[in-house]
Amino acid sequence: MSKSISKTIFELFLTFFKIGAFTFGGGWVMIAMMEKDIVDKHKWFTKEEFIDNLAIAQSMPGILAVNMAVLVGNKIAKKWGAFYSALGTILPSFIVILTIAIFFVTINDNPVVERVFKGIRPAVVALIIAPVFTTAKSAKINIKNFWVPLSTALLITFCGFSPIAFIALAIVYGIARCYFSNRETKTE
Amino acid sequence: MIYINLLIAYLKIGLFGFGGGYAMLSLIQHEVVDVIHYGETQPWLTLQEFTDIVAISQMSPGPIGINSATYIGYKVTGTVLGSIIATIAVCLPSFILVLIVGKILLKKRDNIYIKSIFSAIRPVVVGLIASAALLLMNKENFPDYTISIVICLVAFLLVRYAKLHPILIVILAGVAGYLLY
Repeated sequence: MSKSISKTIFELFLTFFKIGAFTFGGGWVMIAMMEKDIVDKHKWFTKEEFIDNLAIAQSMPGILAVNMAVLVGNKIAKKWGAFYSALGTILPSFIVILTIAIFFVTINDNPVVERVFKGIRPAVVALIIAPVFTTAKSAKINIKNFWVPLSTALLITFCGFSPIAFIALAIVYGIARCYFSNRETKTE
Repeated sequence: MIYINLLIAYLKIGLFGFGGGYAMLSLIQHEVVDVIHYGETQPWLTLQEFTDIVAISQMSPGPIGINSATYIGYKVTGTVLGSIIATIAVCLPSFILVLIVGKILLKKRDNIYIKSIFSAIRPVVVGLIASAALLLMNKENFPDYTISIVICLVAFLLVRYAKLHPILIVILAGVAGYLLY
C-alpha cells in the first residue's frame, strides 16, 4: 500500500468516524452530515454523484449510512477504502452502545430509572407511529393499494408472520409483474 | 449455539432490511421478541426490554440498526463477542451487495425490473413500520390506560406537527415519567 493511499484511507476512516460519533437521530441526519463533508469539504463526490449514489444506498438492504460509506470508500480507495469507511461509521455507535449495555444492566433495577422509562416507553411507540404516515405519503398509498400495508401489518402483528416473507413476496411480485407485462407488449 | 443463532438472525435482518431503520425494527423485533431460536427455551428479550433498547438507540449516536445489534448482541450473550458478531452480521450482507451490485445498479438505474421491484417493496415497508408500532402497543408499555396514553399522544403530536427532534421527545417523556409515576 503506497503512502498516499494509506493516508487517503485514514482520512476516509476519520471522516466517517466523526459522522458516526456526532449524529444523533439515525440515518437521514447522517446523510446530511455526509453531504457536507464528502461533497463540500473533501470533494470526493460531486453533488450529482452524491445523489446518484444515495439512490443506490437506499435501494439496498441494510443500514443506509453504512451503505453510503461503502460506496464513497469504494470509489476513493477501492475495497479497503470501503472497509475502513464502514468501520468508521460503525465504531462510534458500537463503543457508546456497548458501554451503555454493560452499565444499564446494573442500573435497570433503580426505581428512578424505572419511573423515567415508564414515561419513555409510550413516547417510543409514538416515534414509530410517526414514520408510518410519512412513508405512507412517499410510497403513494391510496385507496387502491391500502390493503397491502394493512394486511402486512395485521398478519405480522396478530398472526406472527415473518416480516421477511413479505419483503420476499414483494420482490417476487415486482419481478413477475414486469416479466409478464413485458411479454404482453412483445406478443401484441 | 447462541452465537450461531445470533449470527444467522442478524444476517437475515441485514439481508432483508429494506426501507431504513424503522422498517428494520419490525424484522429485529420478530427475531428477538417473537421467535424462540433453535435449541433455546425462550425469546431473547421481552417486549419491554426491546422498547427500552429502541429508546436508548434514539438517544445515542449512529444508526438504529447498529445500535440495536450491538446492544442485543451483548444482552443475549453477556459478552462483547456477542456484540461484535451481531454488529458485523447486520452490516455484512449489504456490504457485499453494495460492492458487487452497486456499480451495476448505478449504470442501470432505469431498468424496469429494478423499478418494478422497488415500487412493490415500498407499500410493504409502510406495513412493516406499522406492525412495529402495533406490536409495541401492549400492556407492558401501557400499564395504565391514562398517563401512558396521554404521553404517547402528546409525543406523537410533537414529533409529527411540531417536528421536535426524537431525542428531545425521549428526554421530555422521561421527565414526564419521573414526575407523574
